[in-house]
Amino acid sequence: MARIAQALLKRLGGMAIVLALVVTVVFIIVRVTPGDPAAVMLGSDATPADIAQLRTKMGLDAPLLMQYGQFVLGILQGDLGQSIFLNQPVTTALAARAEPTFFLTLFSILIAVGIALPVGILSAVKRGTVFDQIVVTLTMVAASVPSFWLGLILIQVFAVGQGWFPASGYGGPETPFLERLHHLVLPAVALGVVNSALITRFTRAAMLDVLGDDYVRTARAKGAGEGRVILKHALKNAMIPIITVIGLSVAMLVAGAVVTETVFGLPGVGNLVVSAVLRRDYPVIQGALLVVAAIYVLINFIVDMLYILVDPRVRL
Amino acid sequence: MTTMASLSMPFASGLRRLFGNRAMLFGAIILAIVILAALLAPWVAPYAPNKLSIINKLKPPSMTNFFGTDEFGRDIFSRAIFAGRISLLVSLGVVVISTVLGVILGVAAGFFRRLDAPISRLLDAMMSFPDILLAIALVAALGPSLTTVILALGITYAPRLARIVRGSTLVLRELPYIEAAVAMGLPTWQILARHVLLNLASPILVQATFVFASAMLAEASLSFLGVGVSTDMPTWGTMLASGREYMNNAPWLMVFPGLAIVFSVLSLQLLGDGLRDLVDPRLAKES
Repeated sequence: MARIAQALLKRLGGMAIVLALVVTVVFIIVRVTPGDPAAVMLGSDATPADIAQLRTKMGLDAPLLMQYGQFVLGILQGDLGQSIFLNQPVTTALAARAEPTFFLTLFSILIAVGIALPVGILSAVKRGTVFDQIVVTLTMVAASVPSFWLGLILIQVFAVGQGWFPASGYGGPETPFLERLHHLVLPAVALGVVNSALITRFTRAAMLDVLGDDYVRTARAKGAGEGRVILKHALKNAMIPIITVIGLSVAMLVAGAVVTETVFGLPGVGNLVVSAVLRRDYPVIQGALLVVAAIYVLINFIVDMLYILVDPRVRL
Repeated sequence: MTTMASLSMPFASGLRRLFGNRAMLFGAIILAIVILAALLAPWVAPYAPNKLSIINKLKPPSMTNFFGTDEFGRDIFSRAIFAGRISLLVSLGVVVISTVLGVILGVAAGFFRRLDAPISRLLDAMMSFPDILLAIALVAALGPSLTTVILALGITYAPRLARIVRGSTLVLRELPYIEAAVAMGLPTWQILARHVLLNLASPILVQATFVFASAMLAEASLSFLGVGVSTDMPTWGTMLASGREYMNNAPWLMVFPGLAIVFSVLSLQLLGDGLRDLVDPRLAKES
């Protein structure tokens, strides 16, 4: 128990440092804008008075160090600034668009893992067979397909062609929850299938690594059934690299969601970021980057903690 | 040390291995075709990429227009070839920038113990941002242009290379001949240039191939979103974005640029995988 608490504290310390650096990187990104960010945001029609007003509103008048201090203080108080174009707090804008992104990411990871685990395990068990070669080839191709292109094809075939799923949109709050989720099927499949490639390859490699180990041979020699050998003895020991790659995939899914949401017209965080970029709404870009990176750091932390649960030998 | 083994590998043996690995050979051939077509675009493409022909708009693939025409009657085959130039140029620029930054950061972290912790934490922080998100934020900050896209993606992918370089440098630093060089009082820059960097060539080459593939996908995504290079330049991403509106009646508008992306990225993945197997034969046995 003390070992787990020690590891937890150590990782929490590391996480705090990374988060502090993430905040600093986000702060710097907006400040590297050539010229005046307020002038860039307001465009060429803005008067000097408008620009000055926005500069004051964004706190750009203060010395850089003070701006940084205010930025950090705001984050600690849950204030990510004010969206200039939406005229609402960035936290409100993000929260209003969190649902589709959350469910899209969740379903995509479920689809990716649902495909990758059984296929990766089977491919390793049947190493060198036609099935294995097909899996290796398909994962290579899937990893080369842009998820937005697959999304466009799915829309063409299953939305426009068959009419089974809506081609775009998500429905408002008045739309029943299940109907809203129905809108997520095609985007989740597009993202999930593309991202299953990496997890499948890692699962296959991790399983190949352990299938030849002594304890697997011993389990077989003791007469354990093949299913038990694979699932209980081999898979359990192959889980660490698999959990790592699943954790990594979540970040990739969020990146993929930015583009996929645009293809499917989903009003999620990705769509918000893209429109914020097109309108140079820096507080929104800043806030979204920060939240997504913080979630990623948190997922990494959870993954590290899972290592200890899966394999007690792991020292963090 | 596998990296040194691969470096000293005779050229003939390297070629034999290349031809022995059919997947890698396939990747190399496809990539060579894409590069040659892009380099020789003015001679290979049957039409100018922006040549309008409204009477020929949205024509399906035929002997005169292999990939059909777009909403302005422009030849998609010619545009796809010219678009390859931009994609390759961007990806190459990204590889150069991320390699330079990655090597500097990775060697510094791996060789100088004091710098390891701060640089590693910075890399952790940079890698916490999903690649596309960080790239579009940087493009938004710097303003969209070809140079900005290359710079933004270069910065985004630098930590990936830095991690690999750091790992390899950590191993190299402990090798007896490096320790001997340090003990002999050889200047640090000489040790780094002669002994460390040279031995990092193989892992960098492998990782750079994968960064090339990722950059190609990312560039297409940025262009598709309208936050990449100018829409006046044909890129596979902008072709997909503009063809999207017509995809119900003219599916070839999205099929061919998409296939161009898939084949180019696939060729790079196959090449990267093959190179990794050459560098580390242990991995080849597992795959």
